[in-house]
Amino acid sequence: MVTPVLDVKKLKTSFFTDDGLLTVVNEVSFHINAGEVLGIVGESGCGKSVTSLSVMGLVPALTSKVEGEILYKGENLAQASEKRMRQVRGNEIAMIFQEPMTSLNPLFTIGSQLMEAIRLHNKKLSKKEAKQQAVTMLKKVGLPRADELINEYPHQLSGGMRQRVMIAMAMICNPQILIADEPTTALDVTIQAQILELMKKLNEETDTAILMITHDLGVVAEICQRVVVMYAGKVVEEGTVESIFKKPSHPYTKGLIQSVPDMRQKKERLFSIPGNVPKPGSLPIGCQFAPRCSYAHEKCLKETPYLKALSIEQKVRCWLYEDEKESIV
Amino acid sequence: MFAYTIRRLSMLIPVLLGMALIVFSLIHAIPGNPAQILLGQQASPEAVAALTKEMGLDQPLYIQFVEYLKSLVTGDLGDSLRTRSPITEEVWPYLAATIELALFAMVIAVFIGVNAGILSAWFQNSWFDYLLMVAALIGVSMPIFWLGLMEQYIFSIKLDLLPTTGRDNIRDPVTAITHLYLLDTLMQGRFDQFIEVIRHLILPGVALATIPMAIIARITRSSMLEVMRSDYIRTARAKGMGMLKVVYKHSLRNAFIPILTIIGLQMGLLLGGAILTETIFGWPGIGNYIYGAIQFRDYPVIQSGILIVAAIFVCINLIVDLLYAAIDPRIKYR
Repeated sequence: MVTPVLDVKKLKTSFFTDDGLLTVVNEVSFHINAGEVLGIVGESGCGKSVTSLSVMGLVPALTSKVEGEILYKGENLAQASEKRMRQVRGNEIAMIFQEPMTSLNPLFTIGSQLMEAIRLHNKKLSKKEAKQQAVTMLKKVGLPRADELINEYPHQLSGGMRQRVMIAMAMICNPQILIADEPTTALDVTIQAQILELMKKLNEETDTAILMITHDLGVVAEICQRVVVMYAGKVVEEGTVESIFKKPSHPYTKGLIQSVPDMRQKKERLFSIPGNVPKPGSLPIGCQFAPRCSYAHEKCLKETPYLKALSIEQKVRCWLYEDEKESIV
Repeated sequence: MFAYTIRRLSMLIPVLLGMALIVFSLIHAIPGNPAQILLGQQASPEAVAALTKEMGLDQPLYIQFVEYLKSLVTGDLGDSLRTRSPITEEVWPYLAATIELALFAMVIAVFIGVNAGILSAWFQNSWFDYLLMVAALIGVSMPIFWLGLMEQYIFSIKLDLLPTTGRDNIRDPVTAITHLYLLDTLMQGRFDQFIEVIRHLILPGVALATIPMAIIARITRSSMLEVMRSDYIRTARAKGMGMLKVVYKHSLRNAFIPILTIIGLQMGLLLGGAILTETIFGWPGIGNYIYGAIQFRDYPVIQSGILIVAAIFVCINLIVDLLYAAIDPRIKYR
């Protein structure tokens, strides 16, 4: 069996607030193998972004607490020093963000921001060599006139171009893992497709594993091999893309898939899951999805379900499958 | 950028023209014949008539104003009534003293103010933050003359560490070249005098720096708080950059525009309005010069002093505007 490049075990991230300790990510476990694309799906506020920031060690240290294990090639990053984390960030685990418009520093040229990313982790490299690499990388992410671009400022670029620059900046040190936090959400649809295509291409060419955080099942279908579905800070279902789309098991996953518009069917209204994601701090007892779930029965409101393996490929956290034997599909 | 600079400089002309008009009216707003006032009540009518003619006061007002402008353009600010020497030659040593003190104070204010603001933002809502901000509040509301007197009392009289007044040691005066003593002593290789000049600068410099320092610290704090929450700072950290570099390279530059605005305004105030501090510390600066002129009713000097201070204010604002563009590439001047 392949050892995963990143193995997150029972990650628990909490924030100190005026109302006490709020747990936003609750015992989340998942793993990514080298070169794999894993999707983390969920509504806004379910803890996807905090999960990714916890992996990077970028949650504010003074006001939060990260428990559990984040094993990167066997090394627990949750216990790593800030100095070690600086070496990991950008060099081994890189990250791109949702907002390409504001994620680049407006006062520095594209080139200087790219070169900085290289030279932070490779101090021996001369400016000239770094510049060379920056230009090569910009060409690689499909940006035209890369030689001029490195002297331009972010405000001179469109959103799609800036996201390409962000990807170039993240990929320039050849990281083992790229965490993409909603990388296409702020872009329009045609650009979204291009950016996904680019990420797919880079994933195939470089063997960099991608952790794709999204609320968009279309993105998952397009690029991911496996999916983790999160709800209210917990993993509710996990499986291969195929199994999740063909046989969604958790009522929440079913709801998510149902709410994707289908071009072939004429429906009056789009399906939506009733209610809202509960706020951390006011989570219901028992299954956290139960108040919104049409299948909920008595047990769901009292006892918290565990993550049960339905097959080798699929796990689900739901009482509906309590009695089901593990069937090998 | 060049065209913008030229255009901004040309905008100086109406401003200075306006200032000239105001200071010109100043002398004519005084009831009675200025010549009479200048010569005093005991002066003979002949003398008054002679001075009236000499000053051109028998001419119509607009001609007098044009004459005044003409002399301004040729760099002639008139003669001091008190010393009888041309103001243009007389004013520079005073101006230099003020510039040196103001720059010294501003360096202290910026260095301490900016760093205090950064620390405060970094440790937001900690006791350290509260302590610094309370100190800044006290600093802003500090009466400077009182602070100056207290400094003298403690550091000069009680502890005997620093001199109370003056720019240099009167037993070993600095030979003036540019009248900027720090520069002069360095040019002459007199490091002992250089140290002495610094020792004289410390007390008035700290007194003058207090208010700008406090304002700069508060502005820096709020500006940094805003910037440090931004997405590009998260990006910089995700690249693996250390906090020190994130703060001083990526955050500070973004936070600097409002800080720069404050520095510009405060610098203008320091250069123009340090009369109290200069008086307390016997600093032979432009404030003291104007103050002396007011006591003597030396109108040409008052006029010229106000004009010079106004011109400095406008120039500093221009420099600040140009620096904006140097910091932020999105600011383009057309």
